Amino acid sequence: MVSHYNAQAMESGSITIKGIRDGLQVTLGDGELVDRFAALEARLRDQNAFFRGGEVTLVVGYRSMTRTNLEAAAELFSRHGMNLRAVLSQDSGTLDAAQGLKLGTRLAGSGSGLSGGQVRSDERELVGPGIGPEGQPEAVLVWGALRSGQAVSSDGHVTIIGDVNPGAEVIAGGAVVVWGRLRGVVHAGAFGDRTAVVCALELAPTQLRIAEMITVSPVEARLRKPVPEIASIRDRQIVAERWDAGLHGRR
Amino acid sequence: MQGFTGGDSQGFCHMSARVITITSGKGGVGKTTATANIAAALAQLGNQVVAIDADVGLRNLDLVMGLENRIVYDLVDVIEGRCRLRQAMIRDKRTDGLYLLPAAQTRDKTAVSPSDMVLVCDELRPSFDYILIDSPAGIERGFRNAIAPADEVIIVSNAEVSSVRDADRIIGLLQADEKGAPRLIVNRIKPDMVAAGDMLAIGDVLDVLMIELIGTVPEDDQVIVSTNRGFPVVLENHSLAGEAFRNIARRIRGEEVPFLSLQQNRGLRGWLKKLRGGGK
Repeated sequence: MVSHYNAQAMESGSITIKGIRDGLQVTLGDGELVDRFAALEARLRDQNAFFRGGEVTLVVGYRSMTRTNLEAAAELFSRHGMNLRAVLSQDSGTLDAAQGLKLGTRLAGSGSGLSGGQVRSDERELVGPGIGPEGQPEAVLVWGALRSGQAVSSDGHVTIIGDVNPGAEVIAGGAVVVWGRLRGVVHAGAFGDRTAVVCALELAPTQLRIAEMITVSPVEARLRKPVPEIASIRDRQIVAERWDAGLHGRR
Repeated sequence: MQGFTGGDSQGFCHMSARVITITSGKGGVGKTTATANIAAALAQLGNQVVAIDADVGLRNLDLVMGLENRIVYDLVDVIEGRCRLRQAMIRDKRTDGLYLLPAAQTRDKTAVSPSDMVLVCDELRPSFDYILIDSPAGIERGFRNAIAPADEVIIVSNAEVSSVRDADRIIGLLQADEKGAPRLIVNRIKPDMVAAGDMLAIGDVLDVLMIELIGTVPEDDQVIVSTNRGFPVVLENHSLAGEAFRNIARRIRGEEVPFLSLQQNRGLRGWLKKLRGGGK
């Protein structure tokens, strides 16, 4: 075990640390968590003086991290004179663990602005965990249900395999696809993309927003037998229609 | 540590209690009543049981168990070293093997930390079969204290949207906390209201929460009467709610017990049948 640990520690290639507006953004990269921590440790040791005093936003992607993992990460940073302030994740359990530790789960300034249905354009590059190598928004895949109080936000498209329960929130720069029942609040095209769509096996959101438009599910939608539906903006209003591969498949 | 009973729990048979926390998010759904009744039912089945009231500052469990007038020391006294753990335990004289560790009334949640709860439970484990913790409402410190030592969690919800919403939030928090999947009690079901479509059916609750059902308890006026008298309803033979709580206790012990058919109503019985038949 020990030798393995050391061997991996040398390879710090996929740890990226970059300056963002309010501190440092550290991306953990793929691989075993213990190896990632070792790589991070090595990297911070090498460039310790440079990073000291930094406010860290940790980007963990799809990796599922427990409260204990996050505490270990916070401890690692504090050993190097840094402060873990926020965790950006695409895993709802990780987000909750982070919130339990009073860590932020969004970058500064990106949260409250969304609730009005309109997003200031300068927030674009601040929202969400998934900014790809070339500044292209990434698509995000979330496994498992989002429960009340859990939220996912991304610059790009969001796909959720599982239900989005009432009280949960999904915010995407692009489209939102729910392979399950969508009953929470959903915002597609959050930066103003009026071509964004929302689709779900059962489309019954508490509130559905596309770009700057807001609608609620009609009461009947909750009573009839659910069918897969797709919502989009047409003639300046949001319409939901039954999914038809022939009609929508070539979009 | 010696056994608390001075009786059959001593000797070479070493027990290690299961710690079960009963919580809900929302207040007033029947956590305390459920804790008192399940604890009494487990004790009646021959187990050594201690119920801990984790609702420091708003203690109630002692009232519902009818033990208020016997409190000398409490949980906070134990944690702050003013007494030994066994001095704070109150033995229920009506039910063999049932004990209460009461909460402090004059302090608040910050008097206890999650690690205090773990220590207290670890000290109790060798002497008991079950440790039941009555969690306070909310998702803050008191809730954190209550779930910290839990081996398993039971969530109590009513068949009503706001308690289901809060239960869902709790399930998300438990997942983040590396606790196993909780089980669900749907409490205070009014069969006639379900039939009339004025209350969520149990199926609607499970549809959202997606966790295992461990019991359904009908609304029963007898519960209010017995709560006021400090006499758990499971100790009465002719109460439907009492029977429901006894069944939950048996399911906790790992027995297969069919779900109660709540006689008054066809609709509910219909879906209970469906649940029994198609549950797995």
